[in-house]
Amino acid sequence: MANKETYDVVVIGAGPGGLAAAIAAMQNGARDVLIIERDLEPGGILLQCIHNGFGLEIFKQDLPGPSYAQKFIDDAISSGVELLLDTMVLDITPDRRIFTASRKGGIREIKARALVLAMGCRERTRAQVRLPGTRPAGVYTAGTAQRWVNVEGYMPGKKFVILGSGDIGMIMARRLTFEGAKVERVLEVMPFLTGLTRNYVQCLLDYDIELQLQHTVKRIIGNKRVEAIEAVAVDEKWEPIPGSEEIIPCDTLLLSVGLIPENELSRKAGVILDPLTAGPFVDDRFETSVPGVFAAGNVVHVYDLVDWVTQAGFVSGKAAALYAVEQEHKAEKKILICSGENVHHVVPQHVCADSLKGADIKLQLRVKQPVETAVWVEVRKGANLVSRRAERYARPGEMITLRLPVKAYDEVQSADELTVAVVKR
Amino acid sequence: MTQNFDVIIIGGGIVGSMMARSLSRYKLSILLIEKETDICMGATSGNSAFVHAGYDPVPGSLKAYTNVEGNELYEQLSIDLGFDFERNGDYVVAIGQEDVPALERLMAQGKRNGVPGLEMISGMELLKREPLVNPEAVCAMWAPSGGTCDPFGANIAACENAIQNGVQVMLETEFLDFILEGSRITGIRTNRGEYLCRWAVNAAGLYADDVMHKAGLRPEFKIQPRRGEYYVLDEAEIELKPCFFPTPSTAGKGILVAGTVHGNVIIGPNAEVIEDKEDRAVTSAGLQEVICGAKKIIPSLTLRPVISLFAGLRAYGNAPCENPGVDYGHDFIIEIPSKIQGLVNLGGIESPGLTAAPAIAIRVIEMLKDAGEKLEEKKDWNPVRQRRPRFRHLSMEERANLIRKDERYGRVVCRCEMVTEGEIVAEIHAPLPAHTYDAIKRRTWLGTGRCLGGFDLPRVVNILSRELEVSPLEVSKKGPDSEFLTGTTKPGMTWGAEG
Repeated sequence: MANKETYDVVVIGAGPGGLAAAIAAMQNGARDVLIIERDLEPGGILLQCIHNGFGLEIFKQDLPGPSYAQKFIDDAISSGVELLLDTMVLDITPDRRIFTASRKGGIREIKARALVLAMGCRERTRAQVRLPGTRPAGVYTAGTAQRWVNVEGYMPGKKFVILGSGDIGMIMARRLTFEGAKVERVLEVMPFLTGLTRNYVQCLLDYDIELQLQHTVKRIIGNKRVEAIEAVAVDEKWEPIPGSEEIIPCDTLLLSVGLIPENELSRKAGVILDPLTAGPFVDDRFETSVPGVFAAGNVVHVYDLVDWVTQAGFVSGKAAALYAVEQEHKAEKKILICSGENVHHVVPQHVCADSLKGADIKLQLRVKQPVETAVWVEVRKGANLVSRRAERYARPGEMITLRLPVKAYDEVQSADELTVAVVKR
Repeated sequence: MTQNFDVIIIGGGIVGSMMARSLSRYKLSILLIEKETDICMGATSGNSAFVHAGYDPVPGSLKAYTNVEGNELYEQLSIDLGFDFERNGDYVVAIGQEDVPALERLMAQGKRNGVPGLEMISGMELLKREPLVNPEAVCAMWAPSGGTCDPFGANIAACENAIQNGVQVMLETEFLDFILEGSRITGIRTNRGEYLCRWAVNAAGLYADDVMHKAGLRPEFKIQPRRGEYYVLDEAEIELKPCFFPTPSTAGKGILVAGTVHGNVIIGPNAEVIEDKEDRAVTSAGLQEVICGAKKIIPSLTLRPVISLFAGLRAYGNAPCENPGVDYGHDFIIEIPSKIQGLVNLGGIESPGLTAAPAIAIRVIEMLKDAGEKLEEKKDWNPVRQRRPRFRHLSMEERANLIRKDERYGRVVCRCEMVTEGEIVAEIHAPLPAHTYDAIKRRTWLGTGRCLGGFDLPRVVNILSRELEVSPLEVSKKGPDSEFLTGTTKPGMTWGAEG
C-alpha cells in the first residue's frame, strides 16, 4: 500500500510508457518510485490488445498485448516500484504536487521530486471529424468496441462499417469477423493507408474486407440505433464528389480516425504543448518545458509500435531519476529540431548537444505524404548535411527513426537549429 | 379503477415541468406524462442554453412579455432549484455601418419590451472589453440581463421539485386522445390506459399541434420544426464569457457565439424549416453555415477544438398574436380556450421558450384563477430542490469529506468532466431516476467532454446494469431499440482460467 507523501519519481499512468519509465527510474538510482493508475490493473490499453505483434523490436518475439505488458508489470514489481491503482489524478502543479482521488484513499496530495507524464493518448471522436447525421446508439470508437469485445465479452453490433484505416480499426475488423460479425467496409478519407501495411495485409486482405481509399461517411442514418451510413467518395481536397453517394446498411459505425496525446494534466502543470504533435515539447531526455517534469510514450506523440513507447519510457525514467537524485537543473544550450520538407513532426523538438558526448540521439518522425520510392532522411544545419540515412519508402502510418551520431557533436553544438527533411533519392 | 387527477400535464419538457412545479404549490392532484424514456428529450434537449434578455420578440406579443418576465425569474429559480445559471450579459454586434440602423431599431424594440439596462457601446469599447471580437465591429448593444443556464438541469430540477411536492410523473406514456363529455375534457387516453382529469395541460412541444387538434381546436395551427445546428468548442482552447449575437436579419436572431455554464463555447444555430419532428440530424451544409456565421463575430474561431455537434428542433408555430394591434404570425399560444372546457393550451413555444417557461407557468396559474379554479396553497409546499453533489465543483476538502461518507465518490468515471461513480449511482436512484446513458449524461454532463464518452461508456453501461439489475445487453442510450450491445462473444474461450 502506497502511503508515503514524497517520492523521488512519480509516474502518471501504468501503460507501457509509464511502466518502462518507472523501471528505468528504479534502475538509475531513484530511491522510491510510484505509479498512479486510474484503472483497476496496470498495463494500460495493452490489456485489451489481445492480438499479437508486440515486442518484435525489443524481445524479438511476437507477443499479444497482455503478455507484453506482463513482462514489464513483473519487472516493475520485482524492482520495487509501488503501484497506486484505481486512482485518478485530479490535478498537478508546476512544482510537482499531485492530487489524487480514489475509493479507498480519498483525496491525497503526493509530492514528486521528478514527475513522468505517461497518460497515453485517446481516440479522436465523431465530433473531431465532424461527422454529420443523427446521434443513435451504435457509433463507437474502435478502442471502445475493442474493450467490449476483448475485456467484457460483449459484441457492440452485428454489421459494421469502419471509418478510418488506423491500426485499431483494422485490427478490430479482423477481431469482429472472428466473432461472427460482418464488416461491410473500411473507409479512408486519405488517398493512402493511415495504419501499418502489415495490418492491412493481415487484417483486411486476408479476410476479404474491402478498403475504400478517398471515401468517407457523409451522414449517419437512424434515430435509435444506426440503420445505415451514407458513404461518399472525396476529391484531393476532401470535398465529397456528387453522385458517388452509397447507402450502406449496418448497425454499427466504428471510428478509427486517429489518436490524440492526452495532455489535460500536462497543461495543469504548465507544460507547453507542440501544436503539431499535441504533446509536450521535449528534449532528448524527454524533459518538458517545466523542469523536473518528463513525459513518456504516447503522451508525447502517437507511436506506431509499443516497443518505441517502451524505449522512450526508459529514456524518460532514467532522466527523471537523475533529476530527482541530483535535484539540479543544468542550464544547457538546447538546439531546436525543425520539421523540413515532407516532415509532419519530429520528436524530440530540442536536443542538448552535451547528450551527444555519450551516445547517439534518436530522432523519430512522421512524414506528411507517402513516397513509395527510395528517400533520404536528412538532418541539415542550414545547407550543410549533418547526417542522413536511406529508406526504401516513407509512409505516414509508419514512423521513421534516425540518429544524430556522436561524431556530429561539433557540428550540432555550434548550431541553433537543425532541420529534418525527407527527400527523394 | 381509472385514476383521477385534478390536472394532467402532457409533456415533460421545460414548459411542462415548470408548469408542474408551479401547480404543485396548490392542493391539486397532478400527473405529468412523457412519451419518451426521460423528460427533457424534445425541444428542450437541443438549444443555445441561453436565457434571452427579451429585445428580439415583437413588442406586444406573448413572446415579448413572457421572455422579459421569465428572464427576471431565472436568478431565484436557479437558487431554489439548484441548477447552473450565470447572468453574463450579451452583446448584439453591428459589423459595418449597414448594420447600425437595424441595431438601433432593435434597441428601441428592447426598450419597448421593458428589457432592463440596454446600452449602446462603441466598437472600440467593445474591443477593449472583448478583444476576440471582429475589429470591424462598429458598435454593439449591451444587454446585461442576458444569461446562460444548464437547460437540462433547469428542466430536470423543476420536475424533481414537482415530484417532491406530490406530482406524479409517468415516463414512456404517450398521449393518444382526449376523453370528452360534450365540449368538456374529462380525461385522456394513453398507451398505458385512460386517466381522468378536470384539467389537461397541452405542453407537448413539437407535438402541441397534434394534441390540440385532437380536441378540435385551431385546425389551422401547425408546428413546423425549425432545426438549428450547433458546435461545442473545448474549454481548454477558447474562453469567452458573455454571449455575442450578430445584428438580426429577417431570418431570426442569427448565429451566436456564447460561453456556457460549463466553460465551453457554443456556436450556432442555423435555422432550417423541416417536416420530420424527430429529424435531429446535423448536416455538412448546416455546420458550414454555423462556422461561417460565428466567424463574422469572432474571426479567430477554428473547428480544431470542436468536442461536440448536435441539432435541436424549435417548435415553430403559426399562431397570430392575440393582441389585435400587433401584426405577428408566429406567437406563443397560452390560452384556456372557450370552445373546449378543461384545457390549458400551450403551443408554438419555440425560442425563447426556455427563458419564458417559468413566466408561462405563472400566467397559466392566473388564467386558471380567472377561469374560476379555486387554487388553495399547500402549507408545506417546498420550493427548494437540493442540488446533489457535483464532484467537479467541490474543493479538495469537500471532495475528501464526500468520499469519506460514500467511497463511490472517489472513483472518477468520466475523466474529462470529472464525474464520479457516486454521482452516477445517485442519479440512477434519484426521485426522477435516470435509466439510460443519455439520461445520466443530461444530469451529470458525463461523456460531453473532449473524449465524448470513449472512456466512460463501457463503465457506465456496467454501472447501469449493476444498479438496475439487468444485463448489460439491456442497457440503452435512450430507451428501447437503442441498446449499446447486441450479444456476447463466442463461448468456449476462457482467459486465464487454467490450473
